Amino acid sequence: MTGDSGQLRVLFFAGLREEVGTGELSLELTEACSLEDVLRRLQRHLSAAAIATLTAENVRIALNHSLITPPVECHPGDELAFLPPVTGG
Amino acid sequence: MSEQTPNLPHVQIRVSPDDFDIGAEWQSLRQRSGGELGAVATFIGLVRDRDKGEAVTGLHLEHYPGMTEQSIERIVSIASERWPLLDVLVVHRVGELAPRDQIVFVQVASGHRAAAFSAAQLIMDYLKTDAVIWKREDKATGGQWLQASELDEQRKAQWRPPSEDKDGQDA
Repeated sequence: MTGDSGQLRVLFFAGLREEVGTGELSLELTEACSLEDVLRRLQRHLSAAAIATLTAENVRIALNHSLITPPVECHPGDELAFLPPVTGG
Repeated sequence: MSEQTPNLPHVQIRVSPDDFDIGAEWQSLRQRSGGELGAVATFIGLVRDRDKGEAVTGLHLEHYPGMTEQSIERIVSIASERWPLLDVLVVHRVGELAPRDQIVFVQVASGHRAAAFSAAQLIMDYLKTDAVIWKREDKATGGQWLQASELDEQRKAQWRPPSEDKDGQDA
């Protein structure tokens, strides 16, 4: 995935976006890091309540548009998205 | 099972705020189709003005550009691997919608009606549970993000072949 190298884009959708207060955050990244590292760094930007909603059981995580299950490594230029339960139709 | 490779259908997926014209879509299908076209099943989903007796003022739909289209493509593949389809169109609207607005259009073309009916229904059932789309229903008392219901999950499960009950592909 090509992106702004050195950055990890973190996206929040729907109810999570409302809870977090923004749809997108960028984290400076110089090397690969784990999802736990990302959450630890997000704690500096977000409230404890927001972090709790991101780590809820029904929240799925996509890395570069593919659903993933931790453990996973994020790299500079990647796009990480937190997806609450979906419904279309 | 047949050994020949099935012909892949012509597939179009559109996710956008724009409204759709089912007459125009059907004419366009008719023009691009050949003489093997024998059956077309269509489904239109609309915004209802009430939910559990309470007035709905609007619906806000959100998507993840790229991933949403991929999720719908995957749903269409499940249907086209199962039935011999000629042409599939899925239009899903996003953004701000009002009661009576059109939300979703599914148009499935095949040689015969059974495949067209079944595929259209499978696609709709999977859209409820697997499409990467979020819906907030707005009422006078506030907005509520919806999620697929137990009934939606049951409807999807009915399509699962018996051999597949262990390794679901989704995380």
